[in-house]
Amino acid sequence: MANLTLVQAINLALIQEMERDDRVLLLGQDVGANGGVFRVTEGLHKRFGGKRVVDSPLAESGIIGTAIGLAMAGLRPIPEIQFDGFLGPAYDQICSHAARMRTRTRGAFTVPLTIRVPVGGGIHAPELHSESPESIYIHTPGLKVVMPSSPYDAKGLLISAIRDPDPVIFFEPKRIYRAFREEVPEDEYTLPLGKARTVCEGEEMTVVSWGASVVQCMQAIERSGRGIELIDLRTLYPFDMDAVETSVKKTGRCVIVHEAPKTCGFGAEIAARIMERCFLHLEAPVQRVAGFDTIMPYYKLELDYMPDADRIARAIEETAAY
Amino acid sequence: MPIKTVLTAEIENVSILDAEGRFDEKLGKGLIPDADLVKLYGHMCTCRHLDEVAFKLQRSGRMGTYPQNMGQEAASLGAAYALNNDDWLVTCYRENCGLFWRGVPMESILLHWMGDERGNAMPRQHHATPIAVPIGTQMLHATGLAWAAKYRGEKRIACTFFGDGATSEGDFHEAMNFAANLDIPVVFCCQNNGWAISVPGHIQCSAPTVAQRALAYGMDTIQCDGNDLFAVVHCFRKAIKQARSTGRPFFIEAVTYRLGDHTTADDARRYRDQAEVDAWRARDPILRLRKYMAKRGLWSDAKEQELQAKVEVEVAATVERAEGITSPNRVDFFDHMYAEIPADLALQRDTMQTHGIGQDPSQIEGAVIELPAKEGH
Repeated sequence: MANLTLVQAINLALIQEMERDDRVLLLGQDVGANGGVFRVTEGLHKRFGGKRVVDSPLAESGIIGTAIGLAMAGLRPIPEIQFDGFLGPAYDQICSHAARMRTRTRGAFTVPLTIRVPVGGGIHAPELHSESPESIYIHTPGLKVVMPSSPYDAKGLLISAIRDPDPVIFFEPKRIYRAFREEVPEDEYTLPLGKARTVCEGEEMTVVSWGASVVQCMQAIERSGRGIELIDLRTLYPFDMDAVETSVKKTGRCVIVHEAPKTCGFGAEIAARIMERCFLHLEAPVQRVAGFDTIMPYYKLELDYMPDADRIARAIEETAAY
Repeated sequence: MPIKTVLTAEIENVSILDAEGRFDEKLGKGLIPDADLVKLYGHMCTCRHLDEVAFKLQRSGRMGTYPQNMGQEAASLGAAYALNNDDWLVTCYRENCGLFWRGVPMESILLHWMGDERGNAMPRQHHATPIAVPIGTQMLHATGLAWAAKYRGEKRIACTFFGDGATSEGDFHEAMNFAANLDIPVVFCCQNNGWAISVPGHIQCSAPTVAQRALAYGMDTIQCDGNDLFAVVHCFRKAIKQARSTGRPFFIEAVTYRLGDHTTADDARRYRDQAEVDAWRARDPILRLRKYMAKRGLWSDAKEQELQAKVEVEVAATVERAEGITSPNRVDFFDHMYAEIPADLALQRDTMQTHGIGQDPSQIEGAVIELPAKEGH
């Protein structure tokens, strides 16, 4: 066991997968000698060389498009997009090709790549460095979408993503890259994609969240003193609706928390599924605590935009009082 | 300090067999053995006939939108002929002739345009990727495929095709830039056919050649008469040899012309002169090859008749296979979304014909609700 930050856990996962499988290679802007702008790939260039840790030209579509070719040829590329806000230029390659290749060729060609993307706000970054675009990709059939909230989960989920035969977008919540440490096994291990984690158990209410918001939820739950069950989805597609259903049928109340804008955010899907599956068990309307339907403000106001423990705690009380 | 010239550049244009039938013996002799030439010619005729039949299939409602390849057979065929069979061939949709030479079944192309994904299920031994529909995006895949070969220490290269319109896309520049700067052996071939639907070439590129765009990436480049099979083969041999030996990319601009409409949904009479089309008809790649073969005593009217009869039978059989394929199952589109279908998606598949979409039948205890009969039935 080692006491690692999320950055270190991802770094360790990358090292172990690169040692295990020489089909795995990294490409992206500044991932080489510089070790990535968040130092996630620190030391990998030195360890594995420029052939397997490739500083690419500055072009997101190029990074994903060439990674698709690498993957079609049977390699396991791990492209990094430096920030969430710069996924845009790669959108066409991700959605028009990576997501569709398997189905449009009836399985003749597949794209087993893992796209790593730092995601979300909270680090006082400039414009377009603090976005939460996960719903766009959850809404794109053919992709898998993962967002861990802890070092332990990050390592196990990333290894699963790399070994997965389909394209995975692996969102790394940058706000908690170094926010805390956790015991992480040094040996390799995998966590199944599509399985949620029950962070804490309770009978009174269910809170569903993912990514950095999970940490805010834990603070709010602690403050509430209530018996609340917190479910961290961890994988957003495919997502573990069974875990949500079981919990909500037990508690009858549910609050969903995410940083992305409310309208058409993934919380809307979870809420609709709860309606389908738990209608007669509900004691209160399903509530969402989300980012607002605005452009993510510059960093002076970013904490007012993002759901924090206060807002979540208030929603918990409102839902309990309904 | 005096002003210095830091770059001067020249771009060669290669023509071996011109539209008038003049043949450059120095460049052309021995380039394509006679026996191969006869085969290549037959292939172009088959492709042309399939193209004409496909057009008719669309017009008679038996096929969806189809982009005719007419007039552009030589470029992709010359490439496929010059490449090794395990080099990647990464095309858009006017490279049927090269794909067929590679061994891709003709009905695959028909099936694609008949709205059936099974047409894209390219057997991997052909090392050909399925038709790419978004413009210019496939060049990056070619770069990645060739990169993978380099990564594994294979001698395989990739060759990718695109039109003049695609050279305006960002992905074109990104693919060229990646291949040049990361030393990836890709042969980029622009089929400059003068038109991107209705937009003429000078709106895509106002420089005198498309070929010179490669110079900006430090890439060797050449232009050829894209309707001259000999010139195409000459340029590809040079490009392939260089890419394979140096690991560097190479650019070929094949100047050609789209004799047909952009697709069957287009009417090119709206935006271009018939005189221009007629002038290019005289430069047809098939026509000039036939004349050349006749002059060399390799071809005759009798042989032509025999070939055309054979081609008609072959194409008719292709159409029969494409139209005769069993219909896909109504739930087939779920089958290849993921290696393993997620449970939620399996539920959608399993209930699509019995329940409302998205409905979880457990809510109604699995009951199948009968719809009331429609009015008047």
